[in-house]
Amino acid sequence: MSDAIVPLRTNFAVFGGLMVLLLATVGLARFDLGRGNLIVAMTIAAIKALLVLLYFMHLKYSHRLTWVVAVAGIIWLSLLLLLTLSDFTSRGWIDVPGK
Amino acid sequence: MATTEAALILAPQFDDAEQQHDSDSLGMWVFLVTEVMFFGGLFAAYAVYRYLDFPAFVAASRRLSVTLGAINTAVLLTSSLTMALAVRAVQLGRRRELVYLLLATISLGAVFLGIKAYEYYDDYLHHLIPGSRFAFDGPFPARVEMFFVLYFFMTGLHAFHLIVGIIMVGIITFLAWRRRSVVQGTTQVELVGLYWHFIDLVWIFLYPMLYLVDIHR
Repeated sequence: MSDAIVPLRTNFAVFGGLMVLLLATVGLARFDLGRGNLIVAMTIAAIKALLVLLYFMHLKYSHRLTWVVAVAGIIWLSLLLLLTLSDFTSRGWIDVPGK
Repeated sequence: MATTEAALILAPQFDDAEQQHDSDSLGMWVFLVTEVMFFGGLFAAYAVYRYLDFPAFVAASRRLSVTLGAINTAVLLTSSLTMALAVRAVQLGRRRELVYLLLATISLGAVFLGIKAYEYYDDYLHHLIPGSRFAFDGPFPARVEMFFVLYFFMTGLHAFHLIVGIIMVGIITFLAWRRRSVVQGTTQVELVGLYWHFIDLVWIFLYPMLYLVDIHR
């Protein structure tokens, strides 16, 4: 199952896609999109990461148990980031003495 | 590889080679998830400081070379391609091709480290390395210094992983070149490949986070 041989075409197509996305992220960073800059940069990075995960790391052809492990990693990282940021970004919303 | 297939050792706890292979692969993925959490702490610290000191991060990010960072990203993405092709070569039993592709991967990794070392040297010359000699003539020097603490910690930890990756790929290359049966089937090359791609994944996020903070200003 995980021994799938990825065709040459796919490998080069993924590589081409990654390069185009790299140029896109550098190019789009030159424009003032306000808060959109961060969203665009992180979305492009996430697409690049997904390409690497699915094709270079063979996740697309892997055992479903491998998917569970990979998704668990993403969920735990999201928890770490979301809970930490929800704390820092919401401080000062309510004026409490000694907060 | 056809020549080493016969020497494949099946550990007693596994039913067959496929189960052993899936298990080895799963173990590597679990390890990589622990690595995600390892880097995750730094990503969280970065997110908090970026939120608190955004103007300082914009000022600090401008001191990094967007071009060198982009070149390094391209170099690392190319090394991931050669690594993916190396995995393909070992699956097809092409030993010579495997060795060349692994050597290409190592070389690209070394180029990345070379460019990184040059960037560090440039930062040193401009007194951007945190510590008593740190100097920044723009606004919020202390907060800019914090950006550089994160920058050196994150890129340093990434570079350390890359050095480990180069050593591991080097060992596998040597074993494959000498036709050592230790490189059984495709598992070893696949697992070291997963590690290599993980290093690439980390950099994919580090590049926009460190080099591209509102560079349009």
